[in-house]
Amino acid sequence: MKFSLLLSISKTHLLSRKKQTIIAALGVTFGIGTYIIMMSFMNGLNGLLDGLILNRTPHIHLYNEVQPSEKQPVDYYEPYKSKTRMVESIKPKKIQVRIHNALPLLGFLNKQKYVKGATAQVKAQSFYLGGSTQLNGVLTGINVQKEQELYNLDDYIVEGTVEDLAQNEKGILLGAGVAKKLALKVGDVIQVATKTGEIQPLKIVGLYQSGMADVDNVQSYVNLEMAQRLMGQSNDYITDINIKLNDMTQAPKLAKEMEETFNVTAVDIQTANAQFETGSSIRTMISYAVSITLLIVAGFGIYNILNMLIYEKMNDIAILKATGFSGRDVKWIFISQALIIGFIGGFIGLVLGYFVTTIIDNTPFDTAALPTIKTFPIDYDAKYYIIGIVFAMLSTFFAGYFPSRKAEKIDPVDIIRGQ
Amino acid sequence: MSILRANNICKSFTVPDEVQILKNISFEINEGEFVSIMGKSGCGKSTLLYILSTMDTNYTGELFLNDKLITGQTSDHLASIRNEQIGFVFQFHYLLAEFTVLENVMLPARKLGLKSKEEIEHDAITKLKLLGIEDQALKLSSRISGGQKQRVAIARALINNPSIIMGDEPTGNLDSKNSDIVFDIFKELSVEEKLSLLIVTHDDDFAHRTDRIIMMGDGKIIE
Repeated sequence: MKFSLLLSISKTHLLSRKKQTIIAALGVTFGIGTYIIMMSFMNGLNGLLDGLILNRTPHIHLYNEVQPSEKQPVDYYEPYKSKTRMVESIKPKKIQVRIHNALPLLGFLNKQKYVKGATAQVKAQSFYLGGSTQLNGVLTGINVQKEQELYNLDDYIVEGTVEDLAQNEKGILLGAGVAKKLALKVGDVIQVATKTGEIQPLKIVGLYQSGMADVDNVQSYVNLEMAQRLMGQSNDYITDINIKLNDMTQAPKLAKEMEETFNVTAVDIQTANAQFETGSSIRTMISYAVSITLLIVAGFGIYNILNMLIYEKMNDIAILKATGFSGRDVKWIFISQALIIGFIGGFIGLVLGYFVTTIIDNTPFDTAALPTIKTFPIDYDAKYYIIGIVFAMLSTFFAGYFPSRKAEKIDPVDIIRGQ
Repeated sequence: MSILRANNICKSFTVPDEVQILKNISFEINEGEFVSIMGKSGCGKSTLLYILSTMDTNYTGELFLNDKLITGQTSDHLASIRNEQIGFVFQFHYLLAEFTVLENVMLPARKLGLKSKEEIEHDAITKLKLLGIEDQALKLSSRISGGQKQRVAIARALINNPSIIMGDEPTGNLDSKNSDIVFDIFKELSVEEKLSLLIVTHDDDFAHRTDRIIMMGDGKIIE
């Protein structure tokens, strides 16, 4: 009963000064609304940009890199060990592009608990032939089903589908840039020449657009078997293994282990795309900074209004105390007013935030870089709504706490005698 | 039976200079007694009243209410003593302007929390009837006349059936007609309900109709 009495007093205070109450609540509403909009939009964008690179980047990429041997023959010769050895014009060692024992390795990786999936690729340097024109290109042979499952290949297919490629062994998913240059469309046949001199006609089943022109001008996808055939190799010829992990943060550690165990080059995603994480965290930081600033401003508004209210209510405070309300009761009368303002303002802020983000979510957003994105990205994470309302309550609590402490300490005798 | 007993109450102000404002005040008020305190301005009678009312705790000496020592209690406990056992009436009416007359009267009882809201409402109407202003019950307390306000304040003071009512010039701001009404109400409460009253006043007329006058001068009781 006791708290309900205090609440009914604060309710009367708030309702008898509707204008000020509404202004104070609006401060919170805008603070929280902006927070929701900023966070949802920023994180939607972050997710989109991360997805742009990170989703299609393997967590660990295994391949053989061409590089000179670290130890030259002279380094192995005992008598010269203590001498200064100089070797001029070192040439890289001839190494195979194919990964040694790729199929057993792939089988082993796919059985590991930390691996979500490992896929094989065959990269083949080739030329696209269009009349007398030859364009440089990279054909990547892929396991279509797995590529789709792990890297959402179809997000970057602007025409056709992944199934079309999977079902058509002589099909090719042509880079959009190449198609444009050679004036080709889906359904046409393109001649592809490989380094070995073989010319293979392939049917265009779809167009691939990553959003990065440099990639789209060279990159095309074919089935794994077709790539192996173009290279004149058997089905154990695999140049790259892409691994997706269950926990991305493990990548650097595991990459190092794999490099040592399997004698291949292993590059982890963090090394390959270091700039992305920095970008995301800075964007998140900025949106928090702006939102918190707004909430602090709203908090000062509430502080001011409550301070004024308490000065106006000196007589009420004195009479409440004289008739038996303790200082703590009086304090809670004013804190509860702040909390009511915070809760109502915050709740409306959440609704406002949701409303505006829905509008943004439905705003058309066309960009060549992101072929499958039609509207602005929004992240509707419930987390932001929970943080928003908690922050609204916390900031209004503190904004109300200090004026309320003052009310708690007011000596009724001073007020009553001062008249 | 003694309701209120003061024993050697002294109080000094130290700012700006040390001035002793109350000097060894001792007296007693019995059940049903209607006592007034008189004295010139600045003789310390209001100061004494605020000490007796437990709102001012900065004094030496001892204060008993219903034979229980209340000197040195925590401020929360003193607040509940005021709530339960002491009713206040001030010169300025001190109603909560945004609440109705009825809500103002009910407030101390709701704070006490011994009865349901319906019972308290019933009690409040009874008190308002006693004071002849039950027709004003649902008006905002800022919308009634000064004399009516003072009667509402008395109804509020009575709501928890206190042991004693204290007043700081409760008629000081009223015309003679309303003063008479207030006096008659006090007198009736003292005679019929056996309520003790302690009223600080400047009004000779008012004081001489009470059971006992405590005359103060220079921080001491003169007679």
